[in-house]
Amino acid sequence: MGHLPTSALAFFSPESGGSPNANHIHSLYEITLYIALVVFVGVEAALGYTLLRFRARKRAVAAQIRGNTRLEVGWTLGASAVLLALAVLTFAKLSSIQNPPNSSPGGSAQAASGGVLYASSERKLPPNGKSLNITVIGRQYIWQFVYPGASEPDGLGAPYSYEQMVIPTNTTVTLDIVSEDVVHSWWIPQLGGKFQAVPGYHDYTWLKVARPGLYRGQCAVLCGRGHARMIASVRAVPPAQFDAWLANQKRLIAEANAQAKLARAKLGAQTGAGQVENP
Amino acid sequence: MATYTAPAPILSTRRVEPARRGWTSWITTTDHKRIGILYIVTTFVFFCLGGVEALMMRLQLGEPDNTVVTPQTYNQLFTMHGSTMIFLFVVPMMAGLANYFVPLMIGARDMAFPRLNALSYWLLLAGGIVFYSSIFFNPPEAGWTSYAPLSGAVYSPAGGQDAWIYLIHLTGLSSILGAINFYATIANMRARGMSWGRLPLFIWAILTYSVLIIFAMPVIAAAATMLLTDRHAGTHFFDPANGGSPLLWQNLFWFFGHPEVYIMILPGFGLVSEILPVFARKPIFGYKAIAASTIAIAFLAFLTWAHHMFTAPIPEAILIFVMLSSLTIAVPTGVKVFNWIATLWRGTIELRTPLLFCVGFIALFVIGGISGVFLAVFPVDWQLNETYFVVAHIHFVLMAGSAFTIFAAIYYWFPKMTGRMLGEGLGKLSFYLMFVGFLTTFLLQHVMGLDGMPRRVYEYDDVGHLALYNLISTVGSFVLAAGVVATIVNVVLSLKRGVIAGPDPWRANTLEWFVSSPPPANNFDVIPQVRSAEPMKDIRREIQRRTLGAPVPGATVPAGATQVGV
Repeated sequence: MGHLPTSALAFFSPESGGSPNANHIHSLYEITLYIALVVFVGVEAALGYTLLRFRARKRAVAAQIRGNTRLEVGWTLGASAVLLALAVLTFAKLSSIQNPPNSSPGGSAQAASGGVLYASSERKLPPNGKSLNITVIGRQYIWQFVYPGASEPDGLGAPYSYEQMVIPTNTTVTLDIVSEDVVHSWWIPQLGGKFQAVPGYHDYTWLKVARPGLYRGQCAVLCGRGHARMIASVRAVPPAQFDAWLANQKRLIAEANAQAKLARAKLGAQTGAGQVENP
Repeated sequence: MATYTAPAPILSTRRVEPARRGWTSWITTTDHKRIGILYIVTTFVFFCLGGVEALMMRLQLGEPDNTVVTPQTYNQLFTMHGSTMIFLFVVPMMAGLANYFVPLMIGARDMAFPRLNALSYWLLLAGGIVFYSSIFFNPPEAGWTSYAPLSGAVYSPAGGQDAWIYLIHLTGLSSILGAINFYATIANMRARGMSWGRLPLFIWAILTYSVLIIFAMPVIAAAATMLLTDRHAGTHFFDPANGGSPLLWQNLFWFFGHPEVYIMILPGFGLVSEILPVFARKPIFGYKAIAASTIAIAFLAFLTWAHHMFTAPIPEAILIFVMLSSLTIAVPTGVKVFNWIATLWRGTIELRTPLLFCVGFIALFVIGGISGVFLAVFPVDWQLNETYFVVAHIHFVLMAGSAFTIFAAIYYWFPKMTGRMLGEGLGKLSFYLMFVGFLTTFLLQHVMGLDGMPRRVYEYDDVGHLALYNLISTVGSFVLAAGVVATIVNVVLSLKRGVIAGPDPWRANTLEWFVSSPPPANNFDVIPQVRSAEPMKDIRREIQRRTLGAPVPGATVPAGATQVGV
């Protein structure tokens, strides 16, 4: 394929290239696009030709045709066949889009099977059951990412970050998407489709990034006045670098918590109001 | 054998109220034609208001990080725009056109329930006034979809959201009463001989529109009531902290919302099916297939709502079912398009303004239909949902689908409603401006969505070509608006100076062209007997036969003129 058609296709295709599910959606889209182009050109050409060819002229008489059963049954079946073919192709692609693969060699050792607190029929895990599970929390107007590694039995004390999710390359990352206020939607175009964060529900997706890099996205369901600024990004780094980042994140959070504890104690002593709750 | 004497006819009269004149005649009227005009004028005013809101949004998006309006105002603008176009323009405009033309096309003297008909209009106006009075306080800002919990009391405390709820209630009640009225009228008041197989296709469409409204509107009314009590009476229907479910809102909203799409588009399909044969001088191709596909679409419309929720946490089995039902609905829709093209095929096409709008509609609707197939394939939808691709799709089906057919209807029926023709030059100018403006505005929006621009954002980053695409789209929206203005000017000029139309300027096929333009208060002195799906064709042939004194080949039995129907 020459350069021009490729770029024309890219012009009219969704983003991809970060994660295999995004790539599979992209190829399913392209198949749909080819079918659509044929139908589009066919129908518009027929319409255009008809308008040019059958304009009213002197002595022209309109053919008084009221229908043609064979033709009509034919195009009904034809349209059905095209759509059936599209449905079959979608089913063929479905598992590669929905089901996460195993981590590649060289992936992070942080991928574990112990991170899942409860089973769910909708949560997809890789065949070996091992993934790095990150909880994505939507909140007006910021995304929070909570990593495994809770230090307390009730799940508290896990490392987290805001706005930017850092992940190890070549590692299957499963996402558990929730919301704390209104409906949001998680979406990084190059890393796959979008999934709503609905309060009271869990939504799941996965991603697996081979190349280190920064992938940008933003909230995709109207969530209030700051919706346009509820941005998100995913930074993929080599596993060793990820481990260092996670350790650093833990240290920063521990330091901040210690400082907050001190500040609360100081404030409590000053006001005599006893323990001041974390706001 | 007893002799029988016929009773002597007795003339009895009651006091007849003199006809009212002036503005009170408009607010007290129960004449379906006057109510139709009230509907059409009112909804067109709302169309212009919604259009101004759209232009303000396009101005804001003309360049990245623009500051024409605040984020709050932007959210209010798209909420008002969407709600206006759907609840105050397309649905009631179709009701207005149907009000005027259903009785005329089926040979009735009025609607079945004339006073209920007046109530429908005044409820609509009340809904519009309640909704628009919110612009002096706090307009709603949760989008026309008003997803809970964003539309709840915690996140949208201002009264604008309540104005939105009353808009839904008042316009919904208006639509339901109107729909019952249309159904009763069509089922019971057709002219002699107008069997179901001779019903004009616009009437088939309005019948289906009415059934869809009767089934779908109560669902949104219930959902809006639940939202109202959640906001003010302490219920928790949509509050997950107390056992409610935000997904319940999405399900109820779209269970109404998807049939609503067909409520808006089926009457447009009906209009096209009436207008194409007139200007191609050919019968409609496949009358039965078009009528049947209308009913098939209406049935499938209730099975596809969850395709608006493909990205929500719902079970995979439902995703698959809804994908299949959504793909299926493309078949009857495609059949209609093929039938329309076949209607033009081998005709003698007169490219007058009504036909131009119809042909423009077909050309653009094909694009909207095809982009709909992309959205039905749910993994692909995961990328496209909630982006500008969807914005482009809804405008290709609703702006091109409903608004273009409404403009076709205005050009086609203006002579009947006023007795004067609309100017052809301004009409063509209006069409070409709207067609080119539409494509300039919305075609590139597909690409914006594919490049990752979500809908309902008041600003965007200057990455890739987004700034250029948005600028082109903004320019296009003003060209589109200029096209609408051309039609408004055309209407104003033609009301006084238009060419006198006469009863049947287009040599059309249906009964509204049998009476004078505008029709008299009671429509028909004599209701013609209907002998085919194209009664006016029969009547013209009969008149020709009598005036020329020679039978015309293929003429049917004398119709109309001699039939005493009173």
